[in-house]
This record gives sequence, C-alpha cells and structure tokens, in this order.
Amino acid sequence: MKQNIAIRVDDLTVAYNYKPVLWDIDLEIPEGVLMAIVGPNGAGKSTLIKSILGILKPIAGSVSIYDKPYDKQRALVAYVPQKGSVDWDFPTTALDVVMMGTYGSLGWIKRPGQRQKKAALEALEKVGMLPFKSRQISQLSGGQQQRIFLARALVQNASIYFMDEPFQGVDATTEIAIINILKELRKAGKTVVVVHHDLQTVPEYFDWVTFLNVKKIATGPVKDIFNDNNLTKTYGINYKVSVQE
Amino acid sequence: MKPQETHNLCGFTTATNIKNCKHLKPKTIDITEYITLVFTDYTLRTITLGTAILGAVTGMLGSFAVLRKQSLLGDAISHAALPGIAIAFMLTDTKDSNVLLLGALISGLLGTFWIRGIIKKTHLKSDTALGLILSLFFGFGMLLLTFIQKQPNANQAGLDKYLFGQAATLLEADVWLMASVTGICLLVLIVFWKEFKILLFDADYTKTLGFNTKFIDILITSFIVLAIVLGLQTVGVVLMSAMLLAPAAAARQWTNSLATMVGLSAVFGASSGVVGTAVSASQNNLSTGPVIVLVASVFVLVSFVFSPSRGLLFKQIRFIKNRRDLQLHKTLAFMYNIAETHHNIAHPHTIKILNNFQGFTKRTLQELVKKNYVKLEGSMWSLTEEGFKTASNLYNQQPENNE
Ligand SMILES: Nc1ncnc2c1ncn2[C@@H]1O[C@H](COP(=O)(O)OP(=O)(O)OP(=O)(O)O)[C@@H](O)[C@H]1O
Ligand SMILES: [Mg+2]
Repeated sequence: MKQNIAIRVDDLTVAYNYKPVLWDIDLEIPEGVLMAIVGPNGAGKSTLIKSILGILKPIAGSVSIYDKPYDKQRALVAYVPQKGSVDWDFPTTALDVVMMGTYGSLGWIKRPGQRQKKAALEALEKVGMLPFKSRQISQLSGGQQQRIFLARALVQNASIYFMDEPFQGVDATTEIAIINILKELRKAGKTVVVVHHDLQTVPEYFDWVTFLNVKKIATGPVKDIFNDNNLTKTYGINYKVSVQE
Repeated sequence: MKPQETHNLCGFTTATNIKNCKHLKPKTIDITEYITLVFTDYTLRTITLGTAILGAVTGMLGSFAVLRKQSLLGDAISHAALPGIAIAFMLTDTKDSNVLLLGALISGLLGTFWIRGIIKKTHLKSDTALGLILSLFFGFGMLLLTFIQKQPNANQAGLDKYLFGQAATLLEADVWLMASVTGICLLVLIVFWKEFKILLFDADYTKTLGFNTKFIDILITSFIVLAIVLGLQTVGVVLMSAMLLAPAAAARQWTNSLATMVGLSAVFGASSGVVGTAVSASQNNLSTGPVIVLVASVFVLVSFVFSPSRGLLFKQIRFIKNRRDLQLHKTLAFMYNIAETHHNIAHPHTIKILNNFQGFTKRTLQELVKKNYVKLEGSMWSLTEEGFKTASNLYNQQPENNE
C-alpha cells in the first residue's frame, strides 16, 4: 500500500545556542496516521514541532507539508501548544480562546462573525466544554484548559494536527475523551502528531511512533518498532515495556 | 499655614512659565470654583486636558505592557529617551519641545529595538536586556545633561524639566499633538484588535496561523514609545513608566475582558491626570507629574483591595463565607445521618449529641433554625421536612464550582 506523505522533514538541524537540540532529522509521516513522538525531557520533541510549524528557524534542513513549504500550506495545519506556554490569567473567556482558531482563515483585520462563533461553539461541544463557554480561562482546571486548546485546533478544521502533550495533567476521563477525538480525526483521514509521555498507552492509542532524542532513533508503525530495543536506545536505560499482543 | 503671596499654580517653579494665574485665589479653592477655573483659565485648561489625554493613551497602551509582563519596558523607553533630548538640544540649540521630543522619540525607538535585538540574539532574559539598556542610555543622557549645564550658555536652563516633568510648560499645540496621537492610536487599536489580542495571549500560535507577529509587535511597541515620549514633558523620565503601568494594573483587577480592561485603564489614566492636576493646582508648590503618579497609585491600591473578584478584601470575605456555608452543610449532613436512623425524620434528638461533632457551633444551629431546616424545642432538635430534603440533596449534588 503506497500512502501519501503528509509531512516530510529533511536533514533538520536546530539549535537555540551553540549546541544542537535536533541533529539531522529525517522524517516521513504518512497521511492518516495517529503518531506519537516519544523521548525523554529535553529530547527536542517540542522543538521538532515548532520547527515544522515555522515558529523556530532551523540551522539547516527543510520541511514540507504535502510536498509544499509550510508557508503555502498553513490552512492545512493546526497546532495545540504545550499548555504551560501561555498565561492562563489572560483576561478572556473560553469561547474567545476557541474563536482564535478561526483567525487564520479570517486573515488580517476581519473580525469573527456568527459563522466563526458557531464553529467555535461546535468545537466546544465536541470537547464537552460548552457549559464553560463564558468562563474566564483562569477559572478552568488544567484538564479543561487542555480541552479548550484542543477545541481551538479543531475549529481550524485542518488536515494535519500537531499536539504537544495534550494529555498533560488530565484525568482518566478526559484522557479517554481526548483520545476518542483523536481517533475520530484519524478516521476522517486526518494526520495527527502527538507528543506523548506515557509509554504504556502508546500501543493502545497510536498506530505510528517516532523515537526522538536529539537524533531520530526510529520511526514507523507501532507494531513493528515499539520495542525494548528502541526504548532503551531512546531513554538510555534498560527499558522493559510489555507490548500488548 | 503661612499666607501666600500669589498662588503658584501646580507648583510651577520656573517663573517664566506662570501665565494667567493671578486671579487664582490662594489657599483653599472649593470644587465648583475649581471646575469653573478649569473651563475658563487657559493654562489650567491646557494642563488638565493634556494630562487627561496623556493618562488615557498611556493607560490604554499600558494594558498591553502589563499583559505581556513587560513592566520594565516603560522604564527602559523613557530612560532611553533622555540622551535624545540632550543631543537634540546640542544640535539645534533650541528648547522647542517638538524638536526635543523628536530627539527623545528617536533615541527611545533606538533603545527599544536594541533591547529587542539583544533578547533575540543573545537569549538574555528580557529583564536583563531592559535593565541594561535602561542604565546605559540613562547614564549617557545624564552625562550629556551635566555637560550641557557646564556650558556658558544661558539657553540651557530648564532642560532638566524632562527628568521630573513640568506640566506648566504644556502649550495648546502640545495638547493637540497628544490628542492626534491618541486618536491614531485608538484607530489602530480598533483596526488590529483581533491581532493584538491573539499576539498577547499566544504569540507562537499566532505565528502558525500566518500572522506576521513581528509587525504586530513593532506596531504596539512603537505606540508605547510614542506615548511615553509625549509624556516626558509632563511627567518626566523618572516617573513616566508608572503612568504606563499603574492604570493598567488597577484596571486588570476589575474585569476579565480585554476590551473592558483597556477602556477602564484609559479612564483610570485620564482621571489620574485630571485629579492630579487639581490636587497640585490647589496645593502650593506640588509639582504635577509626581502628584498624578500618586493618584494613579491610589487607584492601584484601592483596586487591589476592593475589587469584587480579585481584591484582597472580598477574597477574604468570600473565604469566610464559604467556610461558614460549609460548616452549616456539614452540621446539617450530620443531623441528617442521625435523623435517618429513625423512620420518623421529625423525631427529636438532644442537642448534646451534636456537641461531639467538630465544626458544630451554637451559631450554626441558630442559622439552621433561621433557614427553617431545623426545629428547636428546649434542648431537643428535629429536622424539618425542608431540612431533610436539603440535606439529602447535599449528598447527591456534585460540589458546584462557583464562579
Ligand atoms: N527557548 C529556549 N532557549 C534555549 N534552549 C531551549 C529553549 N527551549 C528549549 N531549549 C532546550 O532545548 C532542548 C529541547 O527542548 P524541548 O522543549 O524541545 O524538549 P522536549 O522534548 O519538548 O521536552 P519536554 O518533554 O520536557 O517537553 C532542551 O535541552 C532545552 O533545554
Ligand atoms: Mg516539550
């Protein structure tokens, strides 16, 4: 089966200072997969996503989305940043944050109208946050804030989703709710890339996985490459995860 | 109090600039008299308008500085403007405020974009970069000022007014300039509102959506620089940043909407200007700039204590009330447990049983009686129908996350 390549990364090298944080990464992510990026803290997972999205400028290498540069394909891509990357005490409401997902399609100056509001409300509904739409965002719990970010990305109605630790600090119920949404996205033919920390759930949630620790250790279908050998190479210690049969 | 010869409006110390203040009565002026003066006295009107507009525009823009946690930005900009004033004077040998403020604007912008560059290129903490540029430019500016003052040039007197500001030197033309800048700033705010908001909240995300975040950032920063430079003549280099921060910090306490915050901040800023001018005009020898800043600080203080949702006072009150409600509920729940053991819920029990229960007080019992949840007869209590219903609902209810 020959799949389209949704995201292609070639020879990507990124550094904040003199020391490279990502070194010579090559990556091909097929369309329609639900992929986990795993690796220890500081492995460069967030950096990889930010480089693909053009937030960071790489030292070398290139990124393409469906064979075109990211700049040309923005409309196809949505992003869920790490929750801690913003100040949740900002004076705004849940609905307002979700509406921000429509700003990209609106472009400069144009204000969101009824259509955008409707889309935002639908997204809130999907993540189960509709009752909280007028809530000031600082008065949401961590898991609720995470769901707001997810809703904001859903509103973008993209083909490719990048999510940085969407399960961080959420309870079991929310985790299941979120993973169900992700699986739904995959079913709709979208490509979803998720930075994930809980190795136990990788085989259950994902069908594709990338091991990353400054360099790319391995990438491929979970059933083929999610094994102790790759885990040990990535995390540096002897890892034993019983992969479910 | 010593009797005064002439009322020295706003403590304007430089004699050259006192204009038509002769008709101002010394000592106490009552409010209505003052208000009439604001409308009739040219100088007072100019100063009041000027400080009000200045307060409004810095308050508005200050919201953005506060929300980006760039509280040092205002300080850095105003201090960075000082060498520009000195150099502009040395080059042109005039004290025309427009020329000097142009110098201030150029060096303020230079300093600000230098700071941006440093943060971008070196990954220094933004505080560090701001502090660095602030001291560097201010030191250089002071050096130039001392140098100028040593020159045998009679014209140089009064340049130091830019350190602490001198509202008395405001002319109608200055006020017009402030008003036009404020107007343009308001227009830009309205046009790019959505872009400003999203950049403030989540800059990285804004970038992924395809917005040129650099452009938005430069737009905001340039207006902040412009507003600060406009205020130098009135409030001065040293205190200018308070005009930027205080109204915004106060406004943040009262609202959870960005638009309201910006509006409220403008109102607080303008009020500080008007009230500050009034206080300094009615008290001899108080210079206007510091008084305005003090008034703005009063706004901050009051807001931090009295704001209903974030203020310290109401937080404390709500805390106590919540505790009391909880105590009440706990006691009711305890009574419910006891009452449940009888098939007749109205069966009376002795108050003594309750005494072992932690959190039970005479007051809670009285409160329960008042709410008609409990009936008291002598030393016996019994649950009412309503009390029983409420208590059983307490069990089924999820604790409601209020507000
Ligand atoms: N803004 C920055 N400036 C300098 N160094 C940075 C910056 N952001 C990240 N780094 C460094 O780059 C490396 C990779 O960081 P990154 O955030 O990509 O890791 P990560 O894999 O997402 O980690 P985590 O699991 O903790 O989120 C780390 O060593 C980190 O210290
Ligand atoms: Mg990360």
